[in-house]
Amino acid sequence: MTKLHIETTINGEPREFLCDSHETLLSALRNGLGLTGTKEGCATGDCGACSILLDGRLVPACLVLAPEAQGRAVTTIEGLSSGDALHPLQQKFLEHAALQCGVCTPGFIVAAKALLDAKRNPSEDETRYWLAGNLCRCTGYDKIIRAVLDAASEMKESAI
Amino acid sequence: MATVHLPSGLTQYTGGVETIDIDAARVPELIAALGHRFPQIAEQLGEMAVAIDGEIYQDPGYQLLRADSDVHLVPRIAGG
Amino acid sequence: MTTPREFKYVGTRPIRHDGVDKVTGRASYGADVVWPGMLHGFVLRSPHAHARIVSIDTRAAEATPGVKAVLTGKDLPETTATIALGEAAIDLRDVGDNMLARTKVLYHGHAVAAVAATTIDIAREAAEKIQVVYEVLEPVTGIDRAIAADAPILHPALRTKGAASPGAAGPTNIASRLEFKRGDVDAAFAEADVVVEREFRTPMVHQGYIEPHACIARCGEDGRAVVWCTTQGPFVVRDACAAIAGLDPAHVKVIPSEIGGGFGGKIVVYLEPMAIALSRKAQRPVKMVMGRDEVFRATGPTSGSRVRVKLGAKRDGTLVAATASLWYEAGAYRGSPVGAGAMCALAAYKIPSFFIEAHDVVVNKPKVAAYRAPGSPIAAFAVESVVDEIARELKMDPIELRLKNANAEGDKAPYGPKYGPIGLKQILEAARNHPHWTSPLAANQGRGIAVGFWFNAGMNSSATVILDTDGSAAVVTGNPDIGGTRAAQAIMVAEELGIPVERVRPGVGDTDGSGYTDLTGGSRVCYATGMAVIRAAEDVRDQLKARAAQIWNVAVDAVGWENGRAIPPAGTEKAEAMTVAGLAAKMAHTGGPIVGRASLYAPMAGPAFGAHICDLEVDSETGQSKVVRYTVFQDVGRAVHPGYVEGQMQGGAAQGIGWALNEEYIYDADGVMENAGFLDYRMPVASDLPMIDTVIIEVPNPLHPYGVRGVGEVPIVPPLAAVANAMRDATGIRFTELPLSPPRVLEAIEAASAVSVGA
Repeated sequence: MTKLHIETTINGEPREFLCDSHETLLSALRNGLGLTGTKEGCATGDCGACSILLDGRLVPACLVLAPEAQGRAVTTIEGLSSGDALHPLQQKFLEHAALQCGVCTPGFIVAAKALLDAKRNPSEDETRYWLAGNLCRCTGYDKIIRAVLDAASEMKESAI
Repeated sequence: MATVHLPSGLTQYTGGVETIDIDAARVPELIAALGHRFPQIAEQLGEMAVAIDGEIYQDPGYQLLRADSDVHLVPRIAGG
Repeated sequence: MTTPREFKYVGTRPIRHDGVDKVTGRASYGADVVWPGMLHGFVLRSPHAHARIVSIDTRAAEATPGVKAVLTGKDLPETTATIALGEAAIDLRDVGDNMLARTKVLYHGHAVAAVAATTIDIAREAAEKIQVVYEVLEPVTGIDRAIAADAPILHPALRTKGAASPGAAGPTNIASRLEFKRGDVDAAFAEADVVVEREFRTPMVHQGYIEPHACIARCGEDGRAVVWCTTQGPFVVRDACAAIAGLDPAHVKVIPSEIGGGFGGKIVVYLEPMAIALSRKAQRPVKMVMGRDEVFRATGPTSGSRVRVKLGAKRDGTLVAATASLWYEAGAYRGSPVGAGAMCALAAYKIPSFFIEAHDVVVNKPKVAAYRAPGSPIAAFAVESVVDEIARELKMDPIELRLKNANAEGDKAPYGPKYGPIGLKQILEAARNHPHWTSPLAANQGRGIAVGFWFNAGMNSSATVILDTDGSAAVVTGNPDIGGTRAAQAIMVAEELGIPVERVRPGVGDTDGSGYTDLTGGSRVCYATGMAVIRAAEDVRDQLKARAAQIWNVAVDAVGWENGRAIPPAGTEKAEAMTVAGLAAKMAHTGGPIVGRASLYAPMAGPAFGAHICDLEVDSETGQSKVVRYTVFQDVGRAVHPGYVEGQMQGGAAQGIGWALNEEYIYDADGVMENAGFLDYRMPVASDLPMIDTVIIEVPNPLHPYGVRGVGEVPIVPPLAAVANAMRDATGIRFTELPLSPPRVLEAIEAASAVSVGA
């Protein structure tokens, strides 16, 4: 089978990879590119564990074909912290004990980043509905929602 | 003598006996004595948890008994 | 009475030590590793729920380019070994059969063969070439069918174990029967002023951990195997792999990955021995990862059930009599948690006369596994619903009714022994005094309360505390960290040694790197393993005191210890108190490195109770309901890291709410699960839930130096009834079957309004 050669940008860096035409972007990220922070929970777009940003838009990587990344910009959890500083969302998840097993955490943080990119001051309700595509089975969501709202208010303050 | 409370569900095999005093220093002696007295339930007794003075040992091993210990045999429990 | 200890670190909320790895995506879970030369394994599964395997022809698969090994049940030895793990000790012959069928398939999705190939696509395509000839049998898809006189028999050799029903003999699907009784039940009911009897049903539900089962294994020519896998119990996996794959346990090492949820479902092995056997054939590492549909169809959910409960009370609310008949589905092999359900059913109440019977029933569905307080939520759903009905009949406040009958220290548990200090009355009083209980409800809303009980396990634990020359310390145990236990263990070491939590490095050892430790489960880690950690830290402290005695040239007994410092005896010349760091710096000159260790077998922790208040809003047009307010009260003994204690309470409540409102295994007539995916198996999402308030009550457990009781399991017990009682309050309808999904609720509302219109 002939592999396809894909040129893309991942977390700000130009990357190339080979993939099968039917391979998902999730598989290419995890298996080809070694970016295992993006998790597979269902492979059917129902759990959000593989949330990534594709040209800034929140998508489950399991429902995107790897060749679709050609010429696009991909952001994964590995691209959120800058230098030695965590993203405010990452810091707030830690402070609020918003993770237990942690396997859904990368997906939540990426999805929450997309929310805060779109809306600086989301309400609790807006946050809950935005994150309704991400399943967490450990926390009951309480501390996750608090962490996101706290990060939003801190980011808003630092932006002023 | 330790006071042993037999599992309430097994009294159909003990002639209705619910409580029995047994002189035993440790759990294995106690189980052996019970099995000798009630051979029909001997096999099941070895698979049970043992509560000694309120503390439940899933696997009672060679736990020591006091002279006046209150002992209950209870089914083992799985945790999640 | 001793003065309560004052803590410096216990009760604080430091950032968890493994946190940065988990928020940055660096933490390695089961499916995240690659080993050089590794192959990919794929499992062929049965399309039938019940069938005899006539023949399996693997030749076409073996001939496929890229295929390196094919495995069927015949390749594995039969074992008679068992692992003692609570109720129905794990029978490894059953576990082996469940992992890979030998002669019969017993549920849709039961594994019949496995293929290892250079790519997962090749493995999948080759598996599809395996020819399996089945003789299809009638599936037994539920309890009613399983216990019918003409029911197909799953296991011809199975006989009912335990307290047999009169006349029961011969082949059966009832694997065991237990009884608990006290007093004269008939006479007691005759004295009751109010008697309520109901029958309840719950469907099979899944733990729903987000990370599917995954492992990678290699087995060399010398029969030595190394397994990396996502598990709650690395030592359980080691022993199970050795027995099922036919290896010497001394030659198996299990390295636990980070674990993406388990809730009891990641104890039994489903892949690991297969990966070892495939690797042994192929002489290359084999990685196996389940898809979500495989997780639903072929791992261990918890039982579907039928429970009949009858309670009798006096006019003043005193409960006088109870009967309960519990029937739990075990799935394909014996071993449901029905015994625990029977022991938990009436654990909250002083009832002088009762009779409880419990039946373990095999059916053609996946073999159940532990799920958070296994057996207790199902029993509590029935009992707490009936208690609610009694309160309504008596026009009594449901908390007052429960308080009036609540067990306390010194009362006899229904399963026999007397309770030590327990916090049931305290949580009920806290619930009664909480503003939630008296806050007004809006239109279409109802409020329910229910309590729940769990034992909390003890068992084997080991811990090692390693002091470094800079005065920092590492702590290693054999418990995978499923929800913040590293942070709790670091807090314990900090507390005992008086060093900052940040200076403690908590770690999870593999099966060669830590002493034997029972699984992460049963709410036992913070209690039993925590006790080992505390003792190992005490061991370090004792050694530090001895080193100080050397330095000061005084007797060890004369050295004191205060606030993380060794204190010289009064009047010792030129001696000043020495810190851990100061003493650690001199280790090399006072006898070498310091390592503290402790191993222990703990009795079960003091049992714990929780009470939940649920406010539900019901849309009578659609049958949809939404939890609008929820408060969890729980006696945890002692909260070591309150953030993660609250998290357990909130997460357990959310799982129970899902069980109550939406989750269920839906089967067709052929025994095929119709909703094996997260879209159709509807777990709660963020927009389904409100904030979940928590009230931590601390009634110290005398068996633990800090009073820890364990926290993880109790919170899933009350929600089923708390939600159903709120639904009763909102709609006037008593639902006796879960889930309370919109179609069921709508149908009942329409039926009720038709009746009232007709009347």
